[in-house]
Amino acid sequence: MKPASFVYHRPTDLGDALAALAEVGHDGKVLAGGQSLVPVLTMRLAAPGHLVDINRLAELRHVTVTGDAVRVGALARHTDLERDEPAYAVLPLLRRATAHVAHRTIRNRGTTVGSLVHADPAAELPAVLAVLAGEVELVRAGGGRRLVPAGEFFLGPLESAVRPGELAVSATFPVPPAGTGSAWLELSRRRGDYALVGVGVLVTLDAEQRVTRVRAGYVSVGPTPIVLDLTDAVAGQRYDEAAWAAAGALAATLVHPEEDIHATAAYRRHLVAVLTSRAAQRAGADAAGTGAGTEGAE
Amino acid sequence: MTEVRHDVRLRVNGVERSAAAPARRLLSDFLRHDLRLTGTHVGCEHGVCGACTVLVDGRPMRSCLLFAVSVDGAEITTVEGCRSGDGGLGPVQQAFLECHGLQCGFCTPGFITTITAYLAEHPDPTEEEAREAIGGNLCRCTGYVNIVASVLRAAELIRSGGRPA
Amino acid sequence: MTTKLFGEPIPRREDPRLVSGAGRYLDDLGPDALAVAFVRSPHAHARIIDIDVTDALDVDGLVAIYTYEDLAGRVAEPLPVLIPHPALHAPRTAHPLANGVVRHVGEAVAMVVATDRYVAEDVCDRIRVGYRPLPAVVGIDAACAATHRVHEDVPDNTAARLVQEVGDAPAAIAAAPYRLELELEIERSASMPMEGRGVYARWDAADRSLRVYSSTQTSTSLRFALATKLELPVDRVEVVTPDVGGGFGVKIVHPWPEEVLVPWAAIRLGRELRWTEDRREHFVASAHERGQRHRVRVGFDADGRLRGLDVTFWHDNGAYTPYGIIVPVITATQLLGPYRPGAYRVEFASLYTNTVQVTPYRGAGRPQGVYAMERTMDAIAQQLGIDRATVRERNFIQPEQMPYDHGMIFQDGRPLIYDSGDYPAAMAMLKELVGWDDFAAYRERARAAGRRVGIGLACYVEGTGVGPYEGAHVRVETTGQVVVATGLTSQGQGHETVFAQVAADALGVPIDDVTVVTGDTRRFKYAVGTFASRAAVMSGSAVALAAGKVRDKAVRIAAEALEADPGDLEIVDGAVQVKGDPAARIALGTVAALANPLRYSFDAQTALATQFAKAARVDRPPVADDDEPGLEATDYYSPIRSTFAYGMHAAIVETDPETADIRVLRYCVVHDCGNLINPRIVAGQVHGGVAQGIGGALYERLAYDRDGQLLNASFMDFLMPYASEVPAIEIAHLQTPSPLNPLGVKGAGEAGVIPGSAVLASAIEDAEGFRISRMPISPSELWELRQRHATGASPADRDPADRDPVDREGS
Repeated sequence: MKPASFVYHRPTDLGDALAALAEVGHDGKVLAGGQSLVPVLTMRLAAPGHLVDINRLAELRHVTVTGDAVRVGALARHTDLERDEPAYAVLPLLRRATAHVAHRTIRNRGTTVGSLVHADPAAELPAVLAVLAGEVELVRAGGGRRLVPAGEFFLGPLESAVRPGELAVSATFPVPPAGTGSAWLELSRRRGDYALVGVGVLVTLDAEQRVTRVRAGYVSVGPTPIVLDLTDAVAGQRYDEAAWAAAGALAATLVHPEEDIHATAAYRRHLVAVLTSRAAQRAGADAAGTGAGTEGAE
Repeated sequence: MTEVRHDVRLRVNGVERSAAAPARRLLSDFLRHDLRLTGTHVGCEHGVCGACTVLVDGRPMRSCLLFAVSVDGAEITTVEGCRSGDGGLGPVQQAFLECHGLQCGFCTPGFITTITAYLAEHPDPTEEEAREAIGGNLCRCTGYVNIVASVLRAAELIRSGGRPA
Repeated sequence: MTTKLFGEPIPRREDPRLVSGAGRYLDDLGPDALAVAFVRSPHAHARIIDIDVTDALDVDGLVAIYTYEDLAGRVAEPLPVLIPHPALHAPRTAHPLANGVVRHVGEAVAMVVATDRYVAEDVCDRIRVGYRPLPAVVGIDAACAATHRVHEDVPDNTAARLVQEVGDAPAAIAAAPYRLELELEIERSASMPMEGRGVYARWDAADRSLRVYSSTQTSTSLRFALATKLELPVDRVEVVTPDVGGGFGVKIVHPWPEEVLVPWAAIRLGRELRWTEDRREHFVASAHERGQRHRVRVGFDADGRLRGLDVTFWHDNGAYTPYGIIVPVITATQLLGPYRPGAYRVEFASLYTNTVQVTPYRGAGRPQGVYAMERTMDAIAQQLGIDRATVRERNFIQPEQMPYDHGMIFQDGRPLIYDSGDYPAAMAMLKELVGWDDFAAYRERARAAGRRVGIGLACYVEGTGVGPYEGAHVRVETTGQVVVATGLTSQGQGHETVFAQVAADALGVPIDDVTVVTGDTRRFKYAVGTFASRAAVMSGSAVALAAGKVRDKAVRIAAEALEADPGDLEIVDGAVQVKGDPAARIALGTVAALANPLRYSFDAQTALATQFAKAARVDRPPVADDDEPGLEATDYYSPIRSTFAYGMHAAIVETDPETADIRVLRYCVVHDCGNLINPRIVAGQVHGGVAQGIGGALYERLAYDRDGQLLNASFMDFLMPYASEVPAIEIAHLQTPSPLNPLGVKGAGEAGVIPGSAVLASAIEDAEGFRISRMPISPSELWELRQRHATGASPADRDPADRDPVDREGS
């Protein structure tokens, strides 16, 4: 289990990085945290001819909170985002979900944006970007820049919209409207494993603490992160009396999970119902300011 | 076709070290075979077992998931560097010895580095926190019971100035 | 006074080096050695059409490529059948490199030697092997159906059949007032030590001698095997076992293909070679265990007492049988546990499949047997409405019935006779420890809070310390230092510590003066190996015997020097002294000098033994006819039969009523391995075993698809427990000494793992209220079972009549 050889590029600024990526095209891969990429290379499931290492691009290591969003640079590690207090203050779902990404040692190196680009449907951050309707900023040499919304970013398992020559330089996670609470829940075989099913739920309440919107993003139930609007199931109900199970039941009818060695499709569908209902209840309480949106594992 | 080699300079356990290595050289192999610091062990080479954990600029990371060239210039701490100032066993090492926190010893270096970094930030963990702190490292021998005890004992040793009570 | 060390939980003497990164494991050796990698089969079953190395030849750093065609002589022959057995009528083993056919994914096809492992893998990638795939036989059903064959000349895919009978079980069952039939299954797991296998070989061409380092559980036997395979005189081969990163059974198999090939190529090339197994290789090219299906028929009376037990089981032995049928033989005998079965009949078929070979993994067939018996006990309790602990108590062999002869043959070819034990006392302790009698109230409180909990228990008896023998050599140097050498190896059990405890006590020296060497054939040449929980019993006893001889000799020599009666002497703190007169003493180092009459001295100490040093007795030779120079001795311990440890486990689990997630809340162990040499080390062994038991019950399986591809050959998907999956483990010890050995000890290495699946199945069944008959069990499977039981679609016990492969020849 040793990687095949590759040509190594270590640009020190963004311009050089983009030039290198333009040069290597299809035969190149970006090395950021590498926590998903390196095992793939080590097992020789992929053998790109070039790696462009962006770890010297200090300008990309940032977590920035603006009024209505949290912007995460391509070199921000999971741990950076997880521990960022201003980001937590405006968008606690980021910490709640990131805490479930593998284990601390992986989060210390792996990057949030890298996880998005890797587009693993079993990973947490793609679902978070999707449920928040965020976007990814892609740039290329020569000044090309595009903002790809989450809904168009995840194309399939391990397939994102990043094209050869492009670098994902940041991701933007919009802060949901006032009155919104969040929760993240997942069930994994062992703590730190990829979730059998994971869900992030956003519940928005009106001034009377009645539900106006329920939005859920899922991990491990489809080829890409799945986002569902479950508002209809509980709209108008007070958060502390809402029939959250109905939201879960609705979600279960809308997903088409697959079987693998760890879980049957039917069981995954069942978990979607249970975890959605539990997470929605917590998100409702979170929105009402009466309870935490849970940092714990289920 | 001769592979290009890159000069890699690291400060390992406080000492400047360098060697030339191909870009694909994993940090775990670089430490073990180029610098001959064989205390860092390789248990899975896909980032799950944690035996190869070293501290990179103070943070625990899997050395099997890093290319040496990519961390050029970094400060690295391996299990060999977790000794006490006087060259004796460091507090985490001492705690493992006192609590029978190891059997075959193969996973132990990864636990010791991980716990060293953890205790630097959390000097007084509860038993549950201690268990959580080692949650990303696999051990096939101990059932973790005595490793959890070792974390608590190490915290005690550090708080009391590193001296066995 | 020298403190008695036997029974003391002293810290381990190997730990200072292991905690500081100064251990020496296989891959730490030979930094300048060439690296070896293997091209392995991607097919479960295929004919090799051709092997084309053309593209690989220009890789910079390539040294050599070998295929089966390059092998000759005994290296080209199939690997040995290590443990032949009369019932193993069709043993089959692999060639070191595939000879035309591959029979499992991972079988070695070509060997590559290169300057480093990266380059070696580059070469492997460029070797093109043409395969013609053959149908794969995967799983017990396919093996029994025998539509396809694993080995062309084994038409029924059956390696072995064995029947053992005591009394007439079918008749006893037919006549019993109550009867039950259960079908039970356990899936594959694996030892999965954190360090894989590895071999490092050095050939000294001038000396024509070979030194091989291997991460093995038996260096002595590997030495003999290599001498045979490589056609070298035994005294030209030495095998050294360095620090070993865990074994758990898998490393007892030898010689592995790689263990033959690496030294073979080292000789051919005249270079140092090292192969370090990577994790992916370990999954597909070492060994697995556990996979069995059992059909149990049992007859019992109204009190739950067994009248007859008739067990048929099918054992999936994978593609080859290098380790014979030890695993199913152990299952068949150890299934009986602490119980009197009435009449007993057991029959098994050991079956070939196109999967990785099956050889012992910690527990070695016992977890399956215990699972079958304990599931049966629970079923009897349920049928009769009797408490599960009570049913077990009623069937226990009683202490006054020891030694108890089951009338069967055990895995060592000797009678299955339990030497000692107090099962009722252990059960009483366990019930107290776990709060068995208070659990109903706890369950009610949990239920009121919307929680679902269950309790389970399981008992086992474990034959430990199997022969044939182990030996030890104890030498006192003129410095007073004591060096103990024993042939068996260590994989983390703390042998350097416990054997030093035994030797220090026997000799009366401080433990700091004792050094222990294990697994190095340069130091001790006759040994069997480290497996079957035998090291403490076998080598521990041998060390005690050898040290006793040294002690006697020291006393005899000192008596002469002190002009005292040997009976008046004792050894205290490293010196022989007259009892009651500590002033009259002579240091052991001095005794060692005197024990070796010298012509030449090289220090003051040895000068004492030279020929003009003292008034020599000229009426006898300096070394008597029945004596030898030196203060040292070798002795061997060879037991009449195995000694039987036992234990009982209880667990409390919680199952989520909605998600079916399973959590172990408490895990309690009562354990009796006779006298404890080092209680801390024994507890550690139990802890580790329990974690593996939990892993095997709830997390670990080796998932093969129908084509024989292993779907989870990584630590991402083969789920060994992390700390988050293992609860605190509560242990109580009983100590019933074994009458069979000088230390009164029994083995402890495997104990913890044995009842894992049984106890957790029992607890989950208790929580859920329906029969659990397949392990391991995942939340997904538990949830699926709930669905089936909710709709009434799943009877507790399936009718096994539709597949009865053992009987099929007669049908």
